[in-house]
Amino acid sequence: MFELLGIPPQALFGQVLLGLINGSFYAILSLGLAVIFGLLNIINFSHGAQYMMGAFVAWMCLTYLGINYWAALLLAPLIVGATGIAIERLLLKRIAHVDHLYGLLLTFGLALIIQGLFRNQYGSSGLPYQIPAELRGGVNLGFMFLPWYRGWVVVASLIVCLATWFLIEKTRLGAYLRAATENPTLTQAFGINVPLLVTLTYGFGVALAGFAGVLAAPIYSVNPNMGADLIIVVFAVVVIGGMGSILGAIVTGFSLGLIEGLTKVFYPEASATVIFIIMVLVLLVRPAGLFGRAA
Amino acid sequence: MADIAATDAPAAARSSGEADKGTLRLHRAIMIGIAIALVIAPFVAYPVFVMKVLCFALFALAFNLLLGYGGLLSFGHAAYFGMASYVCAFTAKNWGLTPELAILLGTAVSGGLGLVFGALAIRRQGIYFAMITLALAQMVFFFSLQTPRFTGGEDGIQAVPRGKLFGLIDLADDRALYWLVAAIFMAGLLAMYRIIHSPFGQVCKAIRDNEPRAISLGYRANQYKLAVFVLSAMLAGLAGSTKAIVFQLASLTDVHWSMSGEVVLMTLVGGLGTVFGPIAGALVIVSMQNYLASLGAWVTVVQGVIFVICVMTFREGIVGVISKWIGKPL
Repeated sequence: MFELLGIPPQALFGQVLLGLINGSFYAILSLGLAVIFGLLNIINFSHGAQYMMGAFVAWMCLTYLGINYWAALLLAPLIVGATGIAIERLLLKRIAHVDHLYGLLLTFGLALIIQGLFRNQYGSSGLPYQIPAELRGGVNLGFMFLPWYRGWVVVASLIVCLATWFLIEKTRLGAYLRAATENPTLTQAFGINVPLLVTLTYGFGVALAGFAGVLAAPIYSVNPNMGADLIIVVFAVVVIGGMGSILGAIVTGFSLGLIEGLTKVFYPEASATVIFIIMVLVLLVRPAGLFGRAA
Repeated sequence: MADIAATDAPAAARSSGEADKGTLRLHRAIMIGIAIALVIAPFVAYPVFVMKVLCFALFALAFNLLLGYGGLLSFGHAAYFGMASYVCAFTAKNWGLTPELAILLGTAVSGGLGLVFGALAIRRQGIYFAMITLALAQMVFFFSLQTPRFTGGEDGIQAVPRGKLFGLIDLADDRALYWLVAAIFMAGLLAMYRIIHSPFGQVCKAIRDNEPRAISLGYRANQYKLAVFVLSAMLAGLAGSTKAIVFQLASLTDVHWSMSGEVVLMTLVGGLGTVFGPIAGALVIVSMQNYLASLGAWVTVVQGVIFVICVMTFREGIVGVISKWIGKPL
């Protein structure tokens, strides 16, 4: 066996893979935040709670209804997205006319409610979720052991991210969305139902968070607090990448996950803070973010 | 973001700078009323509870100074509150500093931290500003978690000696400590009142309401924003240090993001951009936590519900509504 800088390759590539997995969650979540921000101009603070909801819905499907992982992968985002649509219609819509910071405060309150409810019901110790039978085990690549499920998470996230990019950049619906982001009044004047578009966009962004939650369920235990700290890291990712570009969000998400994974190998003490430190550096050098346009 | 205070605060509050004589007299009367209430409070309520309210009221006043008068929503004010709390507790316990020196040192460190974080955060505006302050505060949280030799890690710094004020007055007695806390609170309130009614405060409000215009008039907006940020961080630090002496404890709770959320909630309930709102908000939220303490995790849910209700239907807050009724800024 060879060693890289005194680190056994098993450990190194294991952390790289874990970094990529975290990176895929950062990418999906920051993508959702960016899409929502584009049209609603609010930062969805409850995104982390909705990611947690995705994991819990998958767990509930399996435990109470016997619905397996694959069905939950489709069902959970739909359910979480539906709650998102309800939130948009009942609450966010009514405060669209006031300062957008109120949207941040409102979604922060929602996050507290969702997390508190799940913590009351299920405690905060975490519930196990089995890896689906088809993806158990793994393959030895010579330099590392690749568990099938972890490989699947990275591939599935990439597919979803690229599909979202395609949807927004290359389809007619995406064109409406981009037009409404640019100028909602004019878009509506052209006969496009912008309020409906706003509702669907929020639902879609939230569904993405739910999807990430299902992917995460078998890796991390299903825990009411799983989204709370993650969302703050995702905020830093969004500040680093800027919310102007879809591909930018994807690239930033994956690369920051990778950097975090490598930090865990070479300087574990800094692994929790490395993304925040990068954020500080980016703010000093390029305040608008790597892919952002200056305001 | 500038309009968060301006759009919803009653119209009168916007011109609080040119406050007429009647308003000034009213404010003076309220200040005297608060001072009298402070004198009576320890005889009718449990002094430690009143001190807790005062510490959080000072914290909320600090937050409101930044949001209400600087137009900047910081979601990471726990960093300054908690860091000051740690510094004060550590120096009082391990270096044997007298309480007034420990509190001053905590306040100064928070001011320094505010200077660094503020300089970074004001490079972005609006929603990004909130996210950056939150991320920076999370960095402070991880730092506190990972340096147990300084912060005591999960245990926090416990059994902080209250010590003797100026080496003379023993603060172990709750009553004696109460007068110190009340004096600190009153000084903080008067300082804040002075700041927002000074020429400096007027410029801050001008920048909040219309930044490009203030810049075109020759004001260096970023320097004003940074200054108000540092002042706010110092006041938050003063509150955090005092809290460490009162409860003889500094812990991770003080630097956690939920603490940042709590101070936002207090200010929102009391009234954003009002002088006295944060005090009312702190009183309401701390009392609520006291009465609901037995409910455990439900407190979080209740706080979330209050957030939602306030944002949906009660954006002016308690004092904002009263201010609207009497037609005078409070």
